[in-house]
Amino acid sequence: MNATLTRLRPDLAVIARQIPAGSRVLDIGCGDGELMAALRDESQVDARGLEIDAQNVELCVSRGLSVIQGDANVDLAFYPDDAFDYAILSQTLQTTQRPDLMLDELLRIGRQAFVSFPNFAHWRVRVALAWRGRMPVTRQLAYSWYDTPNIHHLTIADFHALLDQKGVKVQRQWFLSGGQVIGAAGANWRAQNAVFQISR
Amino acid sequence: MASAASNAASEVLELADPLPLDGGQRLDGVRIAYNTYGTLNDARDNAILVAHATTGDQYVASQHPITGKPGWWDRMVGPGKPIDTDRFFVICPNVIGGCMGSTGPSSMASDGKPYAMRFPVITIRDMVRAHVILLESLGIETLHAVIGGSMGGMQALSLAANWPHIPRRVLAIASTATMAAQNIAFQEVGRQAIMADPAWAGGNYYDNDTGPDSGLAVARMAAHITYLSEESLTSKFGRRLQDRPDGKPGAKSFGFDADFQIESYLRHQGLSFTTRFDANSYLYITRAMSYFDLDEEHGGKLADAFARTQARFCVISFDTDWLYPTEQSRKLVHVLNAANAPVSFVELSAPFGHDSFLLDVPALDRVVTGFLNQ
Repeated sequence: MNATLTRLRPDLAVIARQIPAGSRVLDIGCGDGELMAALRDESQVDARGLEIDAQNVELCVSRGLSVIQGDANVDLAFYPDDAFDYAILSQTLQTTQRPDLMLDELLRIGRQAFVSFPNFAHWRVRVALAWRGRMPVTRQLAYSWYDTPNIHHLTIADFHALLDQKGVKVQRQWFLSGGQVIGAAGANWRAQNAVFQISR
Repeated sequence: MASAASNAASEVLELADPLPLDGGQRLDGVRIAYNTYGTLNDARDNAILVAHATTGDQYVASQHPITGKPGWWDRMVGPGKPIDTDRFFVICPNVIGGCMGSTGPSSMASDGKPYAMRFPVITIRDMVRAHVILLESLGIETLHAVIGGSMGGMQALSLAANWPHIPRRVLAIASTATMAAQNIAFQEVGRQAIMADPAWAGGNYYDNDTGPDSGLAVARMAAHITYLSEESLTSKFGRRLQDRPDGKPGAKSFGFDADFQIESYLRHQGLSFTTRFDANSYLYITRAMSYFDLDEEHGGKLADAFARTQARFCVISFDTDWLYPTEQSRKLVHVLNAANAPVSFVELSAPFGHDSFLLDVPALDRVVTGFLNQ
């Protein structure tokens, strides 16, 4: 595996490895464009981005990326159906106003989607809540309850249930702990992050 | 200092054939005045067309021959600047309808008298049609980029929609694909101010001692307010009083002198504008802008027009620009998205209102530099 992809945040590295060269990709909440730049440079992916923060967009454009400043909660509506091979929503689902509707949009715009999110059922989170009786502040969830952008915490089991309810197919799933991919056994206890590849 | 001003004298292209216009007429003997900066490379693929705004001209990066001021985008265009004339061949034409050397209402018609109001009403696309002929004459088939702010952005978008094979990058700053009612309204105020001036004389003032300077100055004053933000007006002028002509500190005159600094400033802006701009040109150019509706021009299917281009787009708005507000840029971006065009969009924060695109906004420099290097 090449060096650029290895330097990516672990969930992004998982996603990047799955995207075939030459694909069309929309990175929703693309931040400073780290994933898009890697995809463009390493596998000639036609990557577009949507990002709410003006300074991040400025960074992206100065890196030569095509990124639109906008709010994923409203601006995805302006993308045509099937415009992309993959829609990517990394570490953002839990910040959206309606994660269920967001999934619909991802799979309307993209033939497939990658979704990564922090797992609220990780044992450290459970311990913080059960033993200390406090909302957990961990490295993955580094906010206090009053200033967190994560307004819809979810667990791996919750996500599975929503996908079932919607009839969304899981192509593949990866569970991450300490930046490493771990096995599926007990993932809802052991995984800090999950990555799902889903399709209609 | 190595300066782009080295070739300050405008060049002029005289068109051999009549220029067909959207209004159905053909304009004979068209001249296009333009300035160039930098060098066209052997592959002829490093050219950037910079389109000027309503009252701009071809002196984008060289001293203005009338005002003596630096080029209107001197901070953006030049060696080592975001539009780097060490790398790019920059072309800036005066629009037709203008008054700095390109054919406009003050030009001589075939009868040896100025056109005045006999000049045909032109559109943004007519201006761009002239630019395209200029590019052909320079042997340029594709542009590295077309760039413009405000009315310049309209020209950039018109080029992309109507001549999709020419630009490889399209940068529209503080602009719109459709002139909104509020903008049409302000420009109508300006035109009415000019035409209400008795010295306008139905447009036939060229042989008179004075033209409609008062009307043109009022038009400029009204327009100038729309280019600024309330924030910048307040911080620059507030309610401060203007020193009296005899040097005494400002005081309310209980009359109608320019008591406030903002009044004095606007009067100065209005008057100095009349020394460099033709009133009839102002009528024709603002008319062209009010007719600008790219969507209507393409039968309501603007996305189809943009789908034919391979160009990358970059759309920039400013948070304090209430004349061309972010929402208009966003609409354009949605159309480009629907066309699957590679488009970037950012709303930059700057205090100067619509004029932000001309002023010191470092984030704008970074975005322009990055976009041109894509």
